[in-house]
Amino acid sequence: MYALIDGNNFYVSCERVFAPRLVGRPVVVLSSNDGACIARSNEAKDLGVKMAQPWFQVRHLEKTAGLVAVSANHELYGDMSARMMAIEARYAPRQEVYSIDESFLDFDGVRDDLVATGRHMRATILKETGLPTSVGFGATKTLAKLANNIAKTADRAPGSYPAQLAQVCDFGRLARGELEALFAATDVGAVWGVGRKTTARLKAGGVHTVLDLMRADVTTLRRQFSVVLEKTLRELHGTSCMALDDAPPTRQQILVSRSFGTPITHVDGILEAVSEFASRAAERLRQQGSVAGAIGVYFMTSPFRTNDRQHSANVTVPLPRPTGDTAVLMRAAEMAVRTQFRAGFRYAKAGAILSDIQGIGHEQGELDLFAAAAEAAPPAPVPADPRARLMTAMDALNNRFGRDSVRLGSTAVATNGAEIAVWATRQERRSPRYTTRWDEMPVVRA
Amino acid sequence: MDSPDDFADGAPAGRDGPAAPTVRRTSSAFGAPGADSTVRRHDLNDVFIRHQDATFLMRAAGDDMRGAGIADGDTLLVDRALTAGHGSVIIAVIEGELRCRRLERAGAGRGRRATLRLVADEPVAPIEITDDAPLEVWGVVTTVIKSLLQGANRP
Repeated sequence: MYALIDGNNFYVSCERVFAPRLVGRPVVVLSSNDGACIARSNEAKDLGVKMAQPWFQVRHLEKTAGLVAVSANHELYGDMSARMMAIEARYAPRQEVYSIDESFLDFDGVRDDLVATGRHMRATILKETGLPTSVGFGATKTLAKLANNIAKTADRAPGSYPAQLAQVCDFGRLARGELEALFAATDVGAVWGVGRKTTARLKAGGVHTVLDLMRADVTTLRRQFSVVLEKTLRELHGTSCMALDDAPPTRQQILVSRSFGTPITHVDGILEAVSEFASRAAERLRQQGSVAGAIGVYFMTSPFRTNDRQHSANVTVPLPRPTGDTAVLMRAAEMAVRTQFRAGFRYAKAGAILSDIQGIGHEQGELDLFAAAAEAAPPAPVPADPRARLMTAMDALNNRFGRDSVRLGSTAVATNGAEIAVWATRQERRSPRYTTRWDEMPVVRA
Repeated sequence: MDSPDDFADGAPAGRDGPAAPTVRRTSSAFGAPGADSTVRRHDLNDVFIRHQDATFLMRAAGDDMRGAGIADGDTLLVDRALTAGHGSVIIAVIEGELRCRRLERAGAGRGRRATLRLVADEPVAPIEITDDAPLEVWGVVTTVIKSLLQGANRP
């Protein structure tokens, strides 16, 4: 059996540990430029705040509904994540840290009562770190993820699922009929690996729930969709196709985009932002051990600012040969910006998209993000190509010492445009880095 | 001696820069003691932090807890894995705020329920724990770090 444990509204929960006055209030965490909501408390969700919604659209709720917004405090979240992961690792012989707030545990051969184990783990994490979590158990990683989703939804929306599945849900304990009832009540889009586009296409073909998907014909699905979906289907039926540490299905494209806190009017501002995004996208690309055959760049004015003149640029640059090299990708992105930029517009959002993504086998090292947390993690393989080695070293340093410890020259350009500084440093509402900076530790009245 | 810093690294003051570290190539029939990896120097983390994933540092502000040896500006080690009992100095959540207090259990016996309260030094009034205002323990204070240095030398 696999377990998937993840933090409930993780970023908000981290903030609440050190600011208990935020408990019970609607809270959102804003992206690093304070542009969009990247995490929401349940109370904020109830107010109708959507994921990734621009902050200016919900800002009025500060006054009318007591909404509290804080800037993302990634140092804090990273440390709290490391604590949470270390506690989880006590419960099973093997762990795969999947994201900042999710990890898989392999309970293969463990004969304990898993629901009791899950509840104990959840209680321990809550006591030792203050972070609430949800736990799902299933015979495959896909099932564990789905069980987790149900555990979380049952807890947040009473009545959506049987109450005893709230917080901890073990599919292994349910009878076939019970499972089918759950799957019939769950949207197909909730399945791990079934993205928004696939969901829409499945629904157009009459597949609305998880149960519908499970009853669909495998050969038809493979023909219409991809082998990835077929694998997902097999996993839903209980045949494990993904072992622990198996990379998730390779992303078809990698997108890094952001809304700006303050509109950008100068080409340098767009260049700075897009270079940054290209650099981050390249980092993700290398993490999954892939290369990209093309990079797309877009930047646009805000359609919500109806008084502004509108312009939207979107261009894709094919690369001479597929690469994961930040410098090559950044040069292409910069060229794209220079050809598309038009003065006189107030740009509100930009992004970089890597596409035509392909694997490169073991030429380039895949990095273990949480090597420090998982003690026994083997060192990343060192690639032979010096350029790839530079990239690997850069990623390792940034992972170890925090984002932007090391950057390529052109992302760090000192520039004359003041608005660039605005873009980069706007984090007006960030809470103290309570657990990582000596002079920012929590103050307690004594 | 101009400042306490002169002795900070144990080197005599007044020389032209710090002495260059020399590599000691001691040859000895007993081996080099420093090379034995099983020997570990005292490490305060090992001694004072029993649950490293559950331990947090906090800065005390105020002088209401002098009776517990805590003064304004002291650093507190707070362990969330421990369970608070009678006499524990704890971090409690009071009205949405973190506060350092001593937990006391009092008045048990003769059919009376024991009551909990959070106390500080006189004349600060104790806070009675009631059903309406239940006890919320954030963590147990295990250690107080006091720096005896002044001004900028103080960590």
